[in-house]
Amino acid sequence: MAEVEGGCELFSAGHRACGGCGPALAARLLLKATGKNAILVASTGCMEVFSTPYPETAWGVPWIHSLFENAAAVASGIEASLKRQGRSEKVLCVCGDGATFDIGVLCISGAFERGHDITYICYDNEAYMNTGIQRSGATPYGASTTTSPAGSCSPGNMHKKKDMPAILAAHGAPYVATASIAYPNDFMQKVERAINTPGPCYIQVHTPCCTGWGFESGETLAMAKLAIETGLWVNYEMVDGVVEKAKKVRRKPVEEYLAKQKRFRHLFKPARQDAVIANIQAVADANAERFGIDIKKKESSE
Amino acid sequence: MLEFMEGSHAVAEIVKRCRPQVIAAYPITPQTHIVEDLAQMVANCEIDAEYITVESEFSALSACLGASAAGSRVYSATTSQGLALMFEVCFNATGMRQPIVMTIANRSLGAPLSIWNDQQDSISLRDSGWLQFYAEDNQEAADLHVIAYRVCEDHDILLPAFVCFDGFILTHTFEPVTLLTQEEVDAYLPAFTPYQRLDAANPLSMGMYATPEYYTEFRYEVDRAMQRAKQAFIKAGREFGELFGRDYSALVEGYRLDDADTALVAMGSICGTAKDAIDEMREHGRKVGLLKIRTYRPFPAQEIADALKGVSTVAVLDKNISLGNGGAVGTEVKSALYGSGAAVYDYIIALGGRDVRKRDIAAVVDLAEKGKGDLFYGLRTEVL
Repeated sequence: MAEVEGGCELFSAGHRACGGCGPALAARLLLKATGKNAILVASTGCMEVFSTPYPETAWGVPWIHSLFENAAAVASGIEASLKRQGRSEKVLCVCGDGATFDIGVLCISGAFERGHDITYICYDNEAYMNTGIQRSGATPYGASTTTSPAGSCSPGNMHKKKDMPAILAAHGAPYVATASIAYPNDFMQKVERAINTPGPCYIQVHTPCCTGWGFESGETLAMAKLAIETGLWVNYEMVDGVVEKAKKVRRKPVEEYLAKQKRFRHLFKPARQDAVIANIQAVADANAERFGIDIKKKESSE
Repeated sequence: MLEFMEGSHAVAEIVKRCRPQVIAAYPITPQTHIVEDLAQMVANCEIDAEYITVESEFSALSACLGASAAGSRVYSATTSQGLALMFEVCFNATGMRQPIVMTIANRSLGAPLSIWNDQQDSISLRDSGWLQFYAEDNQEAADLHVIAYRVCEDHDILLPAFVCFDGFILTHTFEPVTLLTQEEVDAYLPAFTPYQRLDAANPLSMGMYATPEYYTEFRYEVDRAMQRAKQAFIKAGREFGELFGRDYSALVEGYRLDDADTALVAMGSICGTAKDAIDEMREHGRKVGLLKIRTYRPFPAQEIADALKGVSTVAVLDKNISLGNGGAVGTEVKSALYGSGAAVYDYIIALGGRDVRKRDIAAVVDLAEKGKGDLFYGLRTEVL
């Protein structure tokens, strides 16, 4: 890890994030991993807004925000410029899930196909939080958002979360990983590995949003941990497209995660929606199967 | 040295000599020959630049913005739909004060799809804060690129620029051109020194969000820079003339205007046709002249008013239309001439590549002198 000089954080206090903000914690951890020799490219979104109200900034490294959907293209230009100048800074995009899964896909695809030496960090809080909790391609099935509200004839968001890591691995990215703020050292190690791997790398870090998901602000890390423990979020690494090192867990039922969040409250009140809960459990089961994360109980004969 | 070459090749050659460090472009007709030429130059190591083959025009300009912010001189070229796709980045580049130079091979906008020339594309970006220079011929197109870099990168300006030249009519036409040599460009255009850049040794944040307490002042500063760009262009154009014999210090340029009763006003290649038409009309005793607008942004309103003092009739040739309110140039010329007493008429002409001949120019003058204007010229009513 890069040493923080004089005890100062590169992502400083005083920003405007909500108390308990998952993305703010991710930003702080990210800069602990990168150290000073980095240039960050932000997309429009929560993190951009809460960290840079002109004329103040929370960023202790060079930081640029252009538009919602073009961070990967801006980063491509920066990387090309640094290459031409013979400079050594690492170029990282730091973008929300809406910017990554939806509106920015074109630019990301182009940047990854061309093989720029950049690391793209998606802080995934599973909806458009900055504009008021609208669904994105990262919103999980069954979540109620302001544009996928649960109603008398709707269980909330009808679509499954897009598999962005697989899409970027399919571009030939040498290193793709998922991470969670519940496991800070793991996240920071993955960032270090990504920025030291030549070529375009992708890290999707799960960053629960207390405001958007509807839980107490002191529960952010607990919520991130429960996502892992239920199998609804899997921490893994893909090296040259092959999954390695998926974090194993003794899985808990998804209900333990869902019941603590307002965005899933409609699954339990006024009437329990067994079919929808079963579908979400099936997502976790499929994750467990695909990534082999279940810690098997020892057989009694052993 | 006078050489006979295609307009696109002349532009690519002069861009090479401006030493851009990062080029990002996406192919679109009729811009393609420029970016193909540059790609070949990079492939042959004739130019020391990174060439990013982006997946869209939107990314082309975004990549240029990033490279510029990191401290490199950048270049792109586009037209029509490509420029429309860049719309969002255009405004952004201005607000972030990145001195990007981009060639516009002017082309109409769909629907209906048309690959042919008019100036709807760049004129539709008139409020984006990009300087806009229009070339009459390929010599001017090439020279304006060197001047554009000089003006844009001036730390008192720091704005991006379009260098506009008409698609096909100029891009694909062979003309005699004298290109500045590498030594001449180097003598005129200093190496790029960014005002600020992304640099780990001196971290700063670019592109922050502004509350209502600050936003207006950001816009004011851009407008001020745009106003200052007039003098910067005049100075750069004059020095160009002193060094190389071709003076570009005029934001507007008169042709046989001194004793003219009727003046045409136009931008781009149509000015050449208009000059020939004027010569013929003059032979028949008609007192007609032309005012060519070289810099559409900043708009030279005072210069237009001064140049057209004493003219009784003005006919503006608009290769665009601000739908619902006539041609964009005409509207602004009328505003510039408010209170002058001149009768100003606007003619929507040469849209989507429709050819304009000397007889058409003469016909427009006839219409204006009869007091008929603010119309689509040469409308084919039989297909309506």
